[in-house]
Amino acid sequence: MLQTSSSGSSYCLGIESTADDFSVGILSFDGKVLANVISAYIPEKGGIHPREAARHHVEVAGNVLAEAFERAGIKPRDMNIIAFSQGPGMGPCLRTGATAARALASYLGVPLVGVNHCVAHIEIGRLVTEAKDPVTLYVSGGNTIVAAFEESRYRIFGETLDIAVGNCLDVSLYVSGGNTIVAAFEESRYRIFGETLDIAVGNCLDVFAREAGFRQDATKPLGAMVEELASRGQTFFSLPYTVKGMDLSFSGLLTAAVQSLHEGKHRPEDVCLSLQEVAFSMLTEVTERALAHTEKPEVLLTGGVAANKRLQSMLKLIAEDHGARFCTVPKQFALDNGAMIAWTGILAYQHGMTVPIEKSFVKLKWRLDEVNVPWVDE
Amino acid sequence: MLFKKGAEANLYLEEWHDRKVIMKRRLPKEYRTTELDEQIRFQRTIHESQAIHRAKEAGVPTPTIFMIDTVEATIIMEFVEGRQVKQILNGLPREEKLGLCHHIGMLIGRLHNHEIIHGDLTTSNMIQTQRGKVVLVDFGLSEQSKELEARGVDLHLMKRAFQSTHYKYAKECFKAVMEGYAVTVGTTTAKKVMEKIKEIEKRGRYISER
Repeated sequence: MLQTSSSGSSYCLGIESTADDFSVGILSFDGKVLANVISAYIPEKGGIHPREAARHHVEVAGNVLAEAFERAGIKPRDMNIIAFSQGPGMGPCLRTGATAARALASYLGVPLVGVNHCVAHIEIGRLVTEAKDPVTLYVSGGNTIVAAFEESRYRIFGETLDIAVGNCLDVSLYVSGGNTIVAAFEESRYRIFGETLDIAVGNCLDVFAREAGFRQDATKPLGAMVEELASRGQTFFSLPYTVKGMDLSFSGLLTAAVQSLHEGKHRPEDVCLSLQEVAFSMLTEVTERALAHTEKPEVLLTGGVAANKRLQSMLKLIAEDHGARFCTVPKQFALDNGAMIAWTGILAYQHGMTVPIEKSFVKLKWRLDEVNVPWVDE
Repeated sequence: MLFKKGAEANLYLEEWHDRKVIMKRRLPKEYRTTELDEQIRFQRTIHESQAIHRAKEAGVPTPTIFMIDTVEATIIMEFVEGRQVKQILNGLPREEKLGLCHHIGMLIGRLHNHEIIHGDLTTSNMIQTQRGKVVLVDFGLSEQSKELEARGVDLHLMKRAFQSTHYKYAKECFKAVMEGYAVTVGTTTAKKVMEKIKEIEKRGRYISER
């Protein structure tokens, strides 16, 4: 049952803490973003240390929550549900967000919803760009995924319980006696068309940037520094281009790019240019294949790397080529953020997908294609 | 006549010296920088032609190549009349379905025995002719390798293809493929490759058993 607050609207608070960002978003059930406060952990050197990041989250949690309530102009008591990103991500980081969410939900006495981080990226993208049924390219430091919604409805007859429905799907069978129809059920999920076989593209760019001596600061992510340098590049040279079917591999590219950088045969600008050209052409090729295969009407680009202008221009071209609309998610909703968790929490809650506190364990390796998304085909 | 507009290349069904041929043309991609675009189109045209020829030597039916034009990144080859395995597999009786998968496994084994990695093993890239012969097409992403890793990835893609288009039968179909594969590469190698596939799957991100 929906509880309504004094103003007549219902609200959800979402907590995001899968990796280096701790963020709180507050949305009304009709999809209005009232607050989306993000606090990023910036490592002193090297990449994200999960425990250090979690410590950051603990330190800022109180302030970020307070600021979110202040911006939204409503009180904790006005919340109807609490959502948190339950996975995938780094254990210590996920647990901080989960702990805060559980505490809030039990204190306020409202339902708790566990949200899949990757699904949330797609859902907020659909909300803010009004894309209905896109092929999504989700590119960040931790994820590189091409996904689209595919409806699968199937029936099981008689005793043919041997239908495995693919290894990746875990399926519950509803058995009713009788010999003719044992079970019939419907499911809706996002399917992964292509993904990285090793490191994420954002990670590839970040590691390269650190090798090139860049240091992350609060104003500029490492990827933006590579982009800037690449824009001054003039000469393209060949680097390993690895597309295997629909899947991608970036580790060989990274090694070769770092090597060329240290050998000094090419200008750093040209290495950045070539690295970007190869990595993004790979992403674009796989996205185009998914688009050609699914004939979807939209291409949705999201994740931290979505901010890159060169990548945007490439995807725009293939979208146009296939008569699809190209949608880029604005930065505050493309980076890891609480608003996407809150929004997906609302969708899930409206389909009865809440989680009891005692069962709200975080799922470090929760795949996008394991989640039912009954709200998509409505 | 445009026969199929693919993401990577266009296939045209043409008359060529009184023959029905497929003209596979890799059109320039506007999104790629010119050097990379030419490199990819040139390399894939050469690679594909070589692999198609070498697959034949390995005893795997492939279309006959009539002409190669590296400047236009075009291959003119035999038009294989038949139906994609993708279209027929789900509708076959169980026995035939597994028999077909077993046969496909044998073909993949022959490729791997000759160090040919197909690179895009999906059921849409396999055509069954009216006489029942299975012809492998689209070697555009193929490579030459005898590495266990490459073989594992190749078959992992096959498995993924089953899971996405034939998910009801994915498990048994892939099992039949691996049994056929073992016939041509030998049980020891097949076992090693199978282990490799498992390792590759665990390497994928966010697999719960990792």
